[in-house]
Amino acid sequence: MKAIQIIKNGIIKENPTFVLMLGMCPTLATTSSAINGLSMGLATMVVLICTNVVISCLKSITPDKVRIPVFIVVIAAFVTILQMTIRAYLPAIDKALGLFIPLIVVNCIILGRAEAFASKHTPLASLFDGIGIGLGFTLALTLLGMVRELLGAGSLFGYTIISEQYNILLFVLAPGAFITLGYLIALVRKITER
Amino acid sequence: MVLVLTGVAIIMSIVLASVNHITSEPIALQQQKALADGIKAVMQADDICVSRTDTVQQTDDSGKPQLFLVYQNELGAAVESTTNGFGGKLRVLVGFNNQGKILGYTILEHAETPGLGAKVTEWFQSGQKSSIIGLSPAKPLTVSKDGGTIDAITASTITSRAFLLAVNNAYRAYKTMSIDGETAATPQTKDKKE
Repeated sequence: MKAIQIIKNGIIKENPTFVLMLGMCPTLATTSSAINGLSMGLATMVVLICTNVVISCLKSITPDKVRIPVFIVVIAAFVTILQMTIRAYLPAIDKALGLFIPLIVVNCIILGRAEAFASKHTPLASLFDGIGIGLGFTLALTLLGMVRELLGAGSLFGYTIISEQYNILLFVLAPGAFITLGYLIALVRKITER
Repeated sequence: MVLVLTGVAIIMSIVLASVNHITSEPIALQQQKALADGIKAVMQADDICVSRTDTVQQTDDSGKPQLFLVYQNELGAAVESTTNGFGGKLRVLVGFNNQGKILGYTILEHAETPGLGAKVTEWFQSGQKSSIIGLSPAKPLTVSKDGGTIDAITASTITSRAFLLAVNNAYRAYKTMSIDGETAATPQTKDKKE
């Protein structure tokens, strides 16, 4: 497979949020604003790229019986590194996403890609798969965050667009996440089916 | 099999230890800076020097011991106080001048509902309709629903109550401190009797 094809596959054909339906917990919980969705997507993408490459390198020496524990050790290590780095150098993001960064460990996109792709392909292909799936996840989360922020808080990336009296608070809260996600999935299906 | 898993775990531990070593200093600096910025903000001063930091323990109405951190400075004191809000811990830093009037406040940590209780970060600031700046909680501040003078956040009475309780508790801790420091007479300290 060519690099472009793998990346495109991750963004459209196997988009983790809209098609594979993986990692729903952070998807619903962190997208109360566009910037939160974007940061969560990027954080997951960084972890995904690192773990995909490392796991792909380790695939020949890892016996089948212990592959899941090995994957989890690698994933947990990278997530912890990311958490410490964010806390040290990007305190604003740490404040917004604090609790959800360590939870990337149990995000099934990461383990899913390690199992389904990285353990069967070369490190280079796994790198592109990480980028593709990561971009797909980031795009989905940003889109979801934008819709919810616009309808719920009347702003986009923090800039106010609609005055406060027309805000539909529901969209910032949990039910709004489900409603928005449902409509976005339907929309994406409609567009990609053609 | 065991060898691979152990090997991966050891390598990842070494990597984590070194990252921890690199980031521990910036993290500590960031936390100090966040606290210093908070103290400056609540004392309404650009340059403030904390002369003494004290820990005050008091029992609340239900008999549970509570800890307060009091940062004494030349204008008065900034007091860190924690209560339970609607969604979890509500950590407030309140600045008092020497007369016990509120100079400012900032929310250090909260888990309130976005769009409702989360408005606590600006609802009671100066310039707002229900500002608490300049008031003195000598007579405990309460929301209008409880017969007080402060307008609660729309649809978030629980958050408002929790916030005002935090402010009142902080005031009590601050008063206890200054009495302790000046005359050593402690009519308000229940904790001393325990």
